[in-house]
Order: sequence, then structure tokens, then C-alpha cells
Amino acid sequence: MSAQAPEPGAPLLAVEDLEVAFGTEGGVVQAVDGVSFELKAGEVLAIVGESGSGKSVTAMTLMGLTRSPNARFGGRAHYRDTELIEASENTLREVRGAEIAMIFQDPMTSLNPVHKVGDQIVEQIQEHEALPDQQARERVVELLEKVGIPRARQRVDNYPFEFSGGMRQRVMIALALSCNPSILIADEPTTALDVTIQAQILERIRELRDETGAAVILVTHDLGVVADIADRIAVMYAGRIVEEGTLDEIFYDPQHPYTWGLLGSITRVDRPRPERLPAIAGLPPSLADRPVGCHFRPRCPHEFSNCTEVPALTGDNGHRDRCWLSAQQKRELREVRPGEIGLGAKAGAEAE
Amino acid sequence: MTRFVVRRVMQMLIVLFAVSVLTFLIFNVIPGGDPALRLAGRQPDPGQLERIRQDWGFDEPLYVQYVKTIGNVVSGDLVSYSTQQNVWQELKGRIPRTFSLAIGAAIMWMVFATALGLYSAVKAGRFADRFLTIIALIGISMPVFWVGALMNYYLGFKWEIFPNGGYVPFGEDPWEWFYHLLMPWTALSLLFIGVYSRILRSNVLDTINEDYVRTARAKGLSERRVLVRHVLRNSMVPVITLWGLDFGAVLGGGAILTETVFDLQGVGQYAAESIGQLDVPPVLFITLFGAFFIVLLNTIVDIMYAALDPRVRLA
Repeated sequence: MSAQAPEPGAPLLAVEDLEVAFGTEGGVVQAVDGVSFELKAGEVLAIVGESGSGKSVTAMTLMGLTRSPNARFGGRAHYRDTELIEASENTLREVRGAEIAMIFQDPMTSLNPVHKVGDQIVEQIQEHEALPDQQARERVVELLEKVGIPRARQRVDNYPFEFSGGMRQRVMIALALSCNPSILIADEPTTALDVTIQAQILERIRELRDETGAAVILVTHDLGVVADIADRIAVMYAGRIVEEGTLDEIFYDPQHPYTWGLLGSITRVDRPRPERLPAIAGLPPSLADRPVGCHFRPRCPHEFSNCTEVPALTGDNGHRDRCWLSAQQKRELREVRPGEIGLGAKAGAEAE
Repeated sequence: MTRFVVRRVMQMLIVLFAVSVLTFLIFNVIPGGDPALRLAGRQPDPGQLERIRQDWGFDEPLYVQYVKTIGNVVSGDLVSYSTQQNVWQELKGRIPRTFSLAIGAAIMWMVFATALGLYSAVKAGRFADRFLTIIALIGISMPVFWVGALMNYYLGFKWEIFPNGGYVPFGEDPWEWFYHLLMPWTALSLLFIGVYSRILRSNVLDTINEDYVRTARAKGLSERRVLVRHVLRNSMVPVITLWGLDFGAVLGGGAILTETVFDLQGVGQYAAESIGQLDVPPVLFITLFGAFFIVLLNTIVDIMYAALDPRVRLA
């Protein structure tokens, strides 16, 4: 499952200490706080977290889509030879769509309702390549066929409202792939779709990754989605990565109490159904007023004196986590046995 | 499409019928509305009035008078009670003047309102936006007769930059036509520019946060292209609606103040004079004329909707 492919040299994308803060009426919201990760060619990295954990902001910041007069950025993100965070708008425009492309959460609203879907894809192709209309159109038809839209040759001239949600998301994928990007960022690509369509879309993304060799950053809160296609997982909580590892490491050997909680709250079809689905007690902190030290501290059943200091993201062989507990303590405290996904409920976890 | 046209023509006939009945009734019930008084001249004796009533058919039931009047409207034989001039002949000479005013001003206010509204939205909250907000409010607050009078006095009379009123037909001298109309166009457009640019600004601000605008940015398009192709087009619909109504009204002689201040001798000015004299035939004619254009422009607006937004189907 995990990426065993030989890695030729440097990673495709290296994010170092990314910080994103927004000035709002309610104070400064630190949406992303020191996020670092690397992405290799052909790899699927899942960024997992709750709403407000900063996962979407991280993804959109890489494309410069969070830039606004009241946003502040820190850190670096190197894509090949380009530094993305401080890049000029013109440099970014060359990267957007052509090198790094994005699929958004809601296919119902992500396409412009007043333009034909074909034209919307042609627009991107011609922005980055000097391709005559007819050839660009041919490529769009091929792309639509590739993502599984029937009668693509007729459908290019349809408007978004003439497509279903799943079909629109396929159009979005075709759009994202139209310039052969090296990185595909999928921001909750299946959240707005029903379950059968979800599986088809994920299957499509995986196939396309295999075909084109593009790396994928998959932003999601859905561990089921992650289990399907991720090579590596970064778990985010309140703006920080709290644990990072391969799919197997995160699912079978989770190190951070938050990850334990997340895994504990998935339903399992192969287990007896619990009385009540276990949930992590409490609510995520407000990003305008975050706890001192470890952000998970107020909700963590294993809090102790060290936790008022921010733990570093450390670990061996790429399996890193931000927790003060020793490896020994973690093994004793967590209620997961090796080779088993999902954890039991914690005491007090029934509270809303 | 045929269904659409047929339905619209039917609608127009109904509107014109209702408007004509109302106008006709209003002028027959208001005090001093007796048309015989208009025809008889000053200090008529009762015998004269009686004779006029019989000659002109004012003693017949109202509906007979109405049908006759409408017949005259259609045949072009309608005659003013005050001047005894043929209304259509009088109106005919004025239509090019009113159309010149309306078309020029409608283009002017649409172009400026679009540019300023878009610019204001892009600079929302910054100095340029606040400045334009104040300018727009000033534009909205200034009555056209006052602005027009100021322009006439300073630009026309005192500094002699522009001609002081008057109209030169386009066919005679296009430059002079333009030159004479520039002040009236500006005076008429100020209010509309203020209102439209405000509406467009708020529409643009709504649209700019749409997901598909983010998609457009993610495609690597230039900001200009994002704004024009993806934001502006989706923000124009409400403005187009208003534009159709206002343009129709001005075409139909609705710019009474502007026409009067600049002495354009257009349809609106004719309407104002006729209303002052309670002269029913021209008032009725001009009302129908105006209603026709408002309904027509509304139809055109609906067609424009369908062109702007493919989800709209004409039916």
C-alpha cells in the first residue's frame, strides 16, 4: 500500500513551517500554524481533519487562493524551483491550473452556470498553451471521455445545470487534468456526493494518478475515503499537523490521542454496532483563541504537566507525531491492538 | 420562440388597452377637464360650448368617445383640443429628439455605471470605493432640473463651452448633434449612474465570493478575465432589468425634466405642455407611446436574460 517506488531526488513539493493567519473582527485567526510536509511524485497524501482544522486553507494557500488584504502568510512552499507563498501573482498564474490543479468540494457551485462546460475547460487549456480552438476542443472531448462522461462529444456543449452532481465533479476532474498538472489537489472531492458516486470518483482519481503520475493531495475529513486511496496521511488539528505517517502506520499504529479519537469514531460494518457512536468529548478550539501548548490538551484524556508546552512533530522513518507521551505510554493507553482499525470509546466520550 | 413573441404581443395589447382606458377616464373626471373649454377659447358663452360638445361628440357616452378617440389614434387623425394641431404630426418631429436623448444617455449611463460599479467592488472598502460611494450619493441626490440649470448657466451661458440648449439633427451634422446633446445626456445620466453603479457593486461583491470564481482563479486566468467573464456577466442581470425599464421610459418621453431644462422640444416636453393644458389627445397618445416602449424594452430585457444566463428559457 505505502509508496515503495524509488524516489528520484528531491520531493515535488516541500512545505516548510507554513503559517496562515486572517485578521477578522473577532481577532486574528491562526488558521494554519507551522505546517510542514513533503510530497513526492505519484504519491497520494491525505490531509485529514475536522472542519476548521486548517486543511483546506493549507491546500488553497499552495495555489494562492487564500490571498486577501487581511491574510498573513509565513513559511515556505517549494514546488520544483518555484517558491509559492511569496510568488508574484503572475508567477502563480502560470502554476495554477498548469502545474498544480484543484478539485473543489461542491461541484454544484464550482462551475460557472452561464458558460458551457467545454468552454470552461478550453479556457484553462488556452490560458496555458497556444492551442487552436479545434484542437483544444478535441482534447476536452478526450478528457471528458477519460473521466467517464458518456456521449462526451455532445456533452461538451452542455451547461453545468444539465449535469448531475457526480457528472459535474467528473467535469471538474477533467478541468483539473486538462493541462497535465504534476500535483492535483482534491479538496473534499466527494463530500457533496452520495456514497455510490463517491466510490466512482475516488476510483477515477486513483486511475488517473496511475496513468498520469500526478501526485495527489487529498483533503478530507472522511477516513473512509482516506483508507481507499491514500499512501500517506497527515492528521491536522486546530491548524497543526499532529501526526503524519503512511496509511498503515496511521490506521494500525496511531501515536497521537487525537488520531485515536478519530479512528474510534468511525463506524465499522464488520463490528457489532455500538449503542452510540463514540465521539471525542468537547469541541475544537476557536482559532482566534487557541489553548496554550498542545492544541488538543483541553479535550485530551491523557493530559499532563508537559502539555502546556507545544510538543514538536517528531518520530522515526517519517512516522511523526506531536505528543509528549512516551512511545511506551502511548502503547499502554491506546485501546487499539496491532492489526486492528478503530478504537474503543474513552471514558467521558459520551458527552456531546 | 413563436410562442414567446405571440404571448408578448398579447401582453402588450392588454397593457396598452388598460393604460388608454385609465388615462381617458382620469382626464374625464378631473375638475376642469371638459374638453369643450379647451376648444372654445377664452370666455365662451354657454351656447358656443353646447355647440362644440355636439360637433365634437362630447355629449355621447364615454365609451363611444373612447372608441372614437382610439380610432383617431390608430388612423393618425387625432387632433389637440388646445391647438387643434394634428397630434401625430406634432409628435413625429419630436421623436428623433427624444430618441437621440434616450439612446445616447442610456449608453452613457450603462457604460459609466458598469465601469464605476465594477471598480468600486474591486476596491471595496478602500479609498477609491469610499470616494465613489460619496460621488454616487451626490449624483443620486442632485435633481436633474438643478444640475441642468447649473450646467446651462456655467457651461452654456457663462463659459460658453457648450451650446445653450437646442438640437441639431444627426443627419445634418453628426458632430453638432453630439455636441448639443452632451450636456443633456450627462444631466440625465448622473442619477442613473449613481443608482446602477451601487447596485452593480453589491452584485459583484456577491458574485466574487462564488465558488466558480475561485475555480476561475484556480485555472490561472488573469484577474481581468476572471472579472469580466466570470464575475461581471453573472452580476449584470438585475442591472439589465432596471436598464430596460428606465431606457423604455426615457424613450417614451419620460425624461420630461431633462427635455424641458435643455429645451429639446422632445416628446416629454410635449407631454408636459399638454398635461398643463389638460389636453387629452396628446396626453393619451404619448402615454400609449411610452407604454409601448416600456413593454417593448421589457421584452428585449427578457431576451437578454436568456442570452446572459442559459438557465433562462423564453416561453
